[in-house]
Amino acid sequence: MNNKDLLNLIDITVSFEGFLALNKLNLNLKKGELRAVIGPNGAGKTTFLDVITGKVKPTKGEVIFKGKSLVGRKEHKIARLGVGRKFQSPRIFENLTVKENLEISVTTPKSPLNLINKSIKDEQLNEIQRLMKIVDLAQKVDSKAGSLSHGQKQWLEIAMLVGQKPDLMLVDEPVAGLTDEETDLTADLLKSLSGENTVVVIDHDMEFIRRLDSNVSVLNQGTVLCEGTMETIQKDKKVIDVYLGRPED
Amino acid sequence: MSLSKIKFDKKIVLSFWIILIALIIAAPTLLPVFRLNLLGRYLSLSIVALGVDLIWGYTGLLSLGQGIFFALGGYCAAMYLQITSSSEFPNNIPEFFALYGVEKLPFFWEPFRSPVFTFFAIWIIPALVSGLIGFLVFRNRIKGVYFSILTQASLLVFFNFFNGQQKLINGTNGLKTDVTQIFGQMVGSESMQRLFFWMTAILVIAAWFFAKWVVKGRFGNILIGIRDDEPRVRFTGYNPVIFKTIIFSIAGGLAGISGALYTVQSGIVSPQFMTVPFSIEMVIWVAVGGRGTLLGAILGAVFINYAKSLVSEALPASWMFIQGGLFILVVTALPEGVLGWIQGDGPRNVLQRFGLKRKIETYPSLEVNNKEGNNE
Repeated sequence: MNNKDLLNLIDITVSFEGFLALNKLNLNLKKGELRAVIGPNGAGKTTFLDVITGKVKPTKGEVIFKGKSLVGRKEHKIARLGVGRKFQSPRIFENLTVKENLEISVTTPKSPLNLINKSIKDEQLNEIQRLMKIVDLAQKVDSKAGSLSHGQKQWLEIAMLVGQKPDLMLVDEPVAGLTDEETDLTADLLKSLSGENTVVVIDHDMEFIRRLDSNVSVLNQGTVLCEGTMETIQKDKKVIDVYLGRPED
Repeated sequence: MSLSKIKFDKKIVLSFWIILIALIIAAPTLLPVFRLNLLGRYLSLSIVALGVDLIWGYTGLLSLGQGIFFALGGYCAAMYLQITSSSEFPNNIPEFFALYGVEKLPFFWEPFRSPVFTFFAIWIIPALVSGLIGFLVFRNRIKGVYFSILTQASLLVFFNFFNGQQKLINGTNGLKTDVTQIFGQMVGSESMQRLFFWMTAILVIAAWFFAKWVVKGRFGNILIGIRDDEPRVRFTGYNPVIFKTIIFSIAGGLAGISGALYTVQSGIVSPQFMTVPFSIEMVIWVAVGGRGTLLGAILGAVFINYAKSLVSEALPASWMFIQGGLFILVVTALPEGVLGWIQGDGPRNVLQRFGLKRKIETYPSLEVNNKEGNNE
């Protein structure tokens, strides 16, 4: 642990009635880093995000974000501290328009009083314009989000995540169900976000992970099996055994 | 959208308001007192329905306990009326106390001597009670059907409590208001009833505008967000507990105003306002009128209740069947309610089915794209 780190997970254990979803997991993230997390089904990838965002309270262990412990904090407090999350299946507000969805994400402060008696700030409107251009939804401003295609929904959710201006972005399977072209664009988008933001991407798609060209952590049975660049982990024997499979198989 | 269409809409809106205001002014001369009184009562019920629409239609909280707050408002109004009209009774306290040998006014009656206090109590007390109940429930993340059951259980608690407290609030007999006096007139008199009717009509419109203001913009969008995906709202940095507590409290306040207006027009408040079926009926009015439309809640409350009184006069005992049928019809055929159906594609689809209107296929491409996948 050093003070360049944005996030430290220390010996995180999560037990669901005896089943260890995470088992003494340790993971450190530097500021501005792009990190991919892979692992077979049931390795604890989503639980790992749940612990950081406060959805699941770890049975043991400590989560330190920007020098503060996140354990025991409420979800919305953690979000306000600067942790943003994109869910596995796109979770946007389908009955609201694209613009309204983005308004919800860029609005600060997020208090009822501010929402009810003040109109949205100009700089926030500009931010919405900028986001809609990035994800190519400018044509759809006033369409119901529910009428968007699957790919557009994924992108809208990424735009909402960026609009929240989080220091740490947790992105769960952003390319599930996207076309190859969309996948490439998403990879480029996430790469461009890192540097200023710290981004954690969880995915199965090896092509996509390779394209991210980042450090990779491999999870297995609730613990970090191996960390390193794509080349390193592809050569790692343990990783090949549990996940990648031998070429001759 | 062309300019002419916007103008057309404005004209419709303007004529709607002119007709509405004319009707409200003319109603007392057009309708016999009995009918006017009924209309006034039903209009006052539409205010509680607006509250139900805010919490259920927008925020997804199905409360089966709005009767609590409705009755609280009614009791506040009735206590004031009883106490200001008690000068000729023994000990200068309301008449019913003598029946139970009570000689001293219970302490919580005292502030109701003040009209100003009563004016605020009618909506603030129900709003505080609902806010408190709401906060405790929402903080523990109780939602969905468990929330509904809890609100119904609370309703029964209040019902039983009020029923049993003869010495405090005349128990099951309730508090009568029609023989009390206000401004030197009998509350039940024709001129007072006319005044109450106008008051109700104005308050319904005011409550409607208030509700529209609440759901407009980002606050309303958060409510819809909570209804559709509460965890997502939380992970975006909003605290749903506060939003839900506020909206539940607003609905409670509206219920209180509604209950007070209903009480002075029906002449009595009693624990009957807190029976289980009555609170469920409130939900039915909104479901039939149209969830999440506000206007639908008002129309639902007025029309269903008016239909109820007309049907009950013509065919006694058949109303329950009709109401049940109505509810089943709405749940199965019109899940958006009548107004939601009209505002959606309902009428167009029916006309198309009978070949009276051509299918719209040549709309701007944007429209077609929008409807992709939800045209069925």
